[in-house]
Amino acid sequence: MFQKRIIVCLDVRDGQVTKGIRFKGNVDIGDPVRMAREYYDQGVDELVFYDITASAERRGIMIDVVEKVAEQIFIPFSVGGGISSLDDMRRVILAGAEKVSVNSQAVKNPGIIEDGAGKFGRQCVVLGMDVAADSAMPNGYRVYINGGRTATELDALEWALRAETLGAGEIVVNSIDADGTRDGYELTVTRMISEAVGIPVVASGGAGTPEHLRAVLDEGRADAALVASMVHYNDFSVGEIKAYLRGAGVPVRSHLS
Amino acid sequence: MNLVVIDYDAGNLRSVETALKYLDVSYAVSSDPEAVANADKILVPGVGEAKAAMETLRARGLDSAVRGFSRTGKPMMGICIGAQIVLQESEERATQCLGLIPGVARKFPDAPGLKVPHMGWNTVTFDTASAGAWLFDGIPQESSFYFVHSYYPDATHPEHVLARCAYGVDFAAALQRDNIVATQFHPEKSGELGLRVLRNFLKH
Repeated sequence: MFQKRIIVCLDVRDGQVTKGIRFKGNVDIGDPVRMAREYYDQGVDELVFYDITASAERRGIMIDVVEKVAEQIFIPFSVGGGISSLDDMRRVILAGAEKVSVNSQAVKNPGIIEDGAGKFGRQCVVLGMDVAADSAMPNGYRVYINGGRTATELDALEWALRAETLGAGEIVVNSIDADGTRDGYELTVTRMISEAVGIPVVASGGAGTPEHLRAVLDEGRADAALVASMVHYNDFSVGEIKAYLRGAGVPVRSHLS
Repeated sequence: MNLVVIDYDAGNLRSVETALKYLDVSYAVSSDPEAVANADKILVPGVGEAKAAMETLRARGLDSAVRGFSRTGKPMMGICIGAQIVLQESEERATQCLGLIPGVARKFPDAPGLKVPHMGWNTVTFDTASAGAWLFDGIPQESSFYFVHSYYPDATHPEHVLARCAYGVDFAAALQRDNIVATQFHPEKSGELGLRVLRNFLKH
């Protein structure tokens, strides 16, 4: 049976994982390679690393992290943050990442999706989008860039459909309203986008309990759910989340060997 | 053992290489037909597109090298696109393939709610009576493996289907014929059970 994926997100700054609230926080919480291996052993299905290193000259650190992770874990993982050219994409893919994630840069230059898909295959190109409810938009949600700080004129649903046409292989929908609240994912926007596109949609922002994941994978029609702080602070292990989902009838991978 | 990983520009070989290093086996990556001829075992990995893959194989003389190798009886394994090009043809831009196993790589149907590519983890049922069942030694039935593909292997003869998977259609997740095995899934990205599949091939 085809399974819903649980993805753990690690924000990495200067080679260290920082606090999982992406739009604020900056407390170092651990070594990314060690944490990746721990989540791998817990049975996570995929990992995402966001490079939030501020200075461009320290970006090389992230490539080292990606290479070390690739030597330790044998599941897919993606890398995002600061990807603005085909060369940036090539560097992380050659370092061992399965996919690259583009966000603000794709809004500024949508051609990067098309070029990336043409060069590396559409399965390699993930569009990340930060969205917030806005009744002024045609479908009720507006796209933001620069870590949620800058509003764009893009309607979330229209942007998702356009990105699919351009060649994105997957879309991560991150709700600014829900992010960091731990009150649950934004089900409406997740479902709206997931039902409209023919590529997988990953829900992001707001996870606090395993029930939140069930709701977004079920009612929200997400193909995968991204978690960060709820696992980083040991509130729940990936195994506990999966056990809950399995009990609730959501198909998830068992990694017992 | 002289293991050769065939390089035909079909995607990134890095993940297969890191898995082989982790399993502590020596191997060579090569696009040289002579290296294929001298190998004890070959691995044909890859992601991407069937036509480009076949064109590169032909341009490097690797198509006849791989065909020749397959007749020696020595073990060979295809992964992902490598499980499609062992067939006779692919619907992906009407591509003639290697013809080592009768069958066709077909596109997933357009069906409501069926997202293509088939990307993610799916359970696999293998045929314990198959001559290739050794590939799944030590692996429980209905274990999950990682897939990324838009075309799937459709073998003409059921005895060549080593394992099955369902995604809109019931398709061959693994193939076998004589000394050839092939998986549509990525063992190098399928966690510890995937590594076990690779290990089974390496020690066979």
